[in-house]
Amino acid sequence: MGTLKAHRAVTSMEKSSSPSPFRDGNTEAQEGKIHERCPSPPPSPGGPSLLARISTHFTAFKAAALIQRWYRRYMARLETRRRCTWRIFQSIEYAGQQDQVKLHDFFSYLVDHFTPNSNHERDFLNCKFTTERFLQDSEMEKGSDYESIEVPDNYTGPRLSFPLLPDHATALVEAFRLKQQLHARYVLNLLHETRKHLVQLPNINRVSTCYSEEITVCGDLHGQLDDLIFIFHKNGLPSPERAYVFNGDFVDRGKESVEILMILFAFMLVYPKEFRLNRGNHEDHMVNLRYGLTKEVMHKYKTHGKKILKILQDVFCWLHLATLVDEKVLILHGGVSDMPDLELLAKLDRHKVLTTEVVVSTLGRKTRRQKGKQPAKEKAARVPAPELALRPGRLHLGSRGGTGPAAPPASPAAAARPGDPGLDGAGSRQAPQEPGGGEPPALHARSRLGSPEPLQPTQEAWKQVVDILWSDPMAQEGCKANTVRGGGCYFGPSVTEQLLQKYNLQFLIRSHERKPEGYEFCHRRKVLTIFSASNYYEVGSNRGAYVKLGPALTPYIVQYQANKETHRLTMRQRISRVEESALRSLWEKLFASSLDLLGEFKKHDADKTGLITLSAWAEAVESVLHLGLPWRMLKPQLVNSSTDNTLEYKSWLEDLAKEQLSRENIQSSLLETLYRNRPNLEAIFRITDSDHSGFISLDEFRQTWKLFSSHMNIDITDDCICDLARSIDLNRDGHIDINEFLEAFRIVEQSSTEGDTSDCPQATNTDNSGCSKPSKR
Amino acid sequence: MADDKEREGTELVIAEFHKKIKDAFEVFDHEANNTVDVREIGTIIRSLGCCPSEGELHDLIVEVEEEEPTGYIRFEKFLPVMTKVLLEKRYRPIPEDILLRAFEVLDPSKRGFLTKEELIKYMTEEGEPFSQEEMEEMLSAAIDPESNSIRYKDYIAMMVVDDG
Repeated sequence: MGTLKAHRAVTSMEKSSSPSPFRDGNTEAQEGKIHERCPSPPPSPGGPSLLARISTHFTAFKAAALIQRWYRRYMARLETRRRCTWRIFQSIEYAGQQDQVKLHDFFSYLVDHFTPNSNHERDFLNCKFTTERFLQDSEMEKGSDYESIEVPDNYTGPRLSFPLLPDHATALVEAFRLKQQLHARYVLNLLHETRKHLVQLPNINRVSTCYSEEITVCGDLHGQLDDLIFIFHKNGLPSPERAYVFNGDFVDRGKESVEILMILFAFMLVYPKEFRLNRGNHEDHMVNLRYGLTKEVMHKYKTHGKKILKILQDVFCWLHLATLVDEKVLILHGGVSDMPDLELLAKLDRHKVLTTEVVVSTLGRKTRRQKGKQPAKEKAARVPAPELALRPGRLHLGSRGGTGPAAPPASPAAAARPGDPGLDGAGSRQAPQEPGGGEPPALHARSRLGSPEPLQPTQEAWKQVVDILWSDPMAQEGCKANTVRGGGCYFGPSVTEQLLQKYNLQFLIRSHERKPEGYEFCHRRKVLTIFSASNYYEVGSNRGAYVKLGPALTPYIVQYQANKETHRLTMRQRISRVEESALRSLWEKLFASSLDLLGEFKKHDADKTGLITLSAWAEAVESVLHLGLPWRMLKPQLVNSSTDNTLEYKSWLEDLAKEQLSRENIQSSLLETLYRNRPNLEAIFRITDSDHSGFISLDEFRQTWKLFSSHMNIDITDDCICDLARSIDLNRDGHIDINEFLEAFRIVEQSSTEGDTSDCPQATNTDNSGCSKPSKR
Repeated sequence: MADDKEREGTELVIAEFHKKIKDAFEVFDHEANNTVDVREIGTIIRSLGCCPSEGELHDLIVEVEEEEPTGYIRFEKFLPVMTKVLLEKRYRPIPEDILLRAFEVLDPSKRGFLTKEELIKYMTEEGEPFSQEEMEEMLSAAIDPESNSIRYKDYIAMMVVDDG
């Protein structure tokens, strides 16, 4: 049988190889030759007779061909690893973004289903979700907060005076390069001046190459100051001859978002005509809560951080939505939908769009969400709750979300397109489908408060802005909801074509998506993605780029990688480093789902042997993590290669745990849950900490945790929570430092790694929570 | 009976191959529409453990391309061809000792190394020549800057990648 197979195999190889000079020396043909001489031996390239044969037949030509063949395979495998690594980062990041959506889902869920059993809890919720999230306009205009702030004599950082001069801005760049920090007084002053300036500007900014000879467009920076400094170094500082447009996402993730903002705003004040900033989806206080800007500001400015954040929130709302160059090139952050309405975009009151994030509405009304409620697995859609996403006052939707029945919640209507962000009746592009029927709440609120003018439909305007800030291009035709991001859409080539024709444009420049080369053309070169944060995931992971436009409007791209180290690494080393980083994240995720994984593995192990095939492993892991990763390709890095294609899953999970974390006092299952939800927890705690003090009271902690756990179906006893809280509150003052709390998870010691359900804390809550159902995990 | 078992065994093997091939394909399927750029096919095939020459690769591509080449390869066409390749264990990787022997052929005086110029000459003029990019990349990792040469034994040892 074996012989027959070998024979068949060899013959088919011979058939498929086409004649070419170096093939004679090639092992397969050699095997064929072996076959001719003696039909039985199996082909074994390592056999001595073969080696001898090869050395006599080799020439330099054949040797070179062999080396090349081997080398190309090696490089291909490297490339594959690089792609896989990229996929890991992307899927984890998108999963994180979806977490964000889930987080808001959670709040909505609470509002819908949580029936506070006590006034205390009702007040808590009210207080969390309906606090004034914005200042009155008049309060903003006061703006004299900073004048009272004293700058100490020993302050050695940069000092600003207004009106700003170019030298000041340049000095700022230099100061930040030297890692100095700008004093809060100057920060606030700068922000006030910035706001004053931005208020006068239109939504769509127009630039002309008549004035500046060249215009440089930069994409996402995400707090990476090195890249900004590099760009100025390589391309030159802004000047009347050198215009710049920064296309959003200046902040979050990187550690120097504040510094970038200061520099960008300073140059904008100095060169108002030549230096423009578009708003990105990260110029948004709700997003900042989760992705780092809030944390950074509070960390760097402990006393005045709160003030800074409030003003910043306002400044973000005043940023341009788009920039038009010579009426021909449109620059905006995300993309467009299939119903772009630049006229509407130009007219709407951009200041009203506080956030493009989902925000929960107030307590009270339970009409909504029934139809629109997404099942757990589906990716939620971004839905506006105008009274919190939008400012009150001049443009309808009066309620500021005070307590009591006056607050009308928005109704995410059932979507006309599946997965689409549902819109309310008012001005909805899709067929209005108000579940409650009748008047959309927007108008309802208006009439109730007797508030003024119905201008253009808010929802429509809001949606336009969401589309601009969140959409991504796709290769397929059409336009569909962007389910990965939860907002905006995926737009195809014809949508771009439509847009360009409608407004007589040449092409579109956008950012929003990281690209390995820092830029990418698509839609037949009508759309250019430009991304300026190099090494975004990790050193060596990607290049950054910026694009220059001259009067001919031909895009000229410059790429870079703002890390000297990278240049010295070979591709192999670069890939290894990035891969390590990606794998670490993946390990974390795997660990965080240990219990679920164990459950899945057991399903594949009906005979309870403790073993599963590697194929089953891949299936199980995907079904738990939903990351859509090519697990079989990643297997070598995640599983110690077992010879017989099986895996002892329990010990694999134990190894995971040992690698990750452990804790003396707290049960590992609770820990695992907390760890898995860490990003959400962080965001929740920051929201809870409404005065941005960095501290929350024990009571707030308990309340928040209880609410959270009821939604996540986590069964934790009150005692457990109290223990947890108390163990974190080291100085026993009744307050928990959020940062310490979160840090604790990174360095905990392990007590037990048992994954069996018997170790799970049982739910015995029958008191105030009114939520948990006793169920085993 | 033995035949049935064998058939079942083969079916399992084929099913496993299918999953492997699908995973590898998906890594390069950027638009999630079951197609990949034809220029990536070589990388995919190699990532599955095969080590074809450029000529053999070209032949494979011809097999999986559309009647009128679109620049894209569809999964439906790729899968059966690739499965066959895996089943037949075609294009096996080159064992280290053979590789070493190949280097030694280029170094007849057995110095244990090749100079940078020699390496460039062989890789860009003989066999299936490297592109400039490929050459540069190889040089950056292989050449010892002090001696400006490649000690090929060490180089091979450094570059050996685990076959997952």
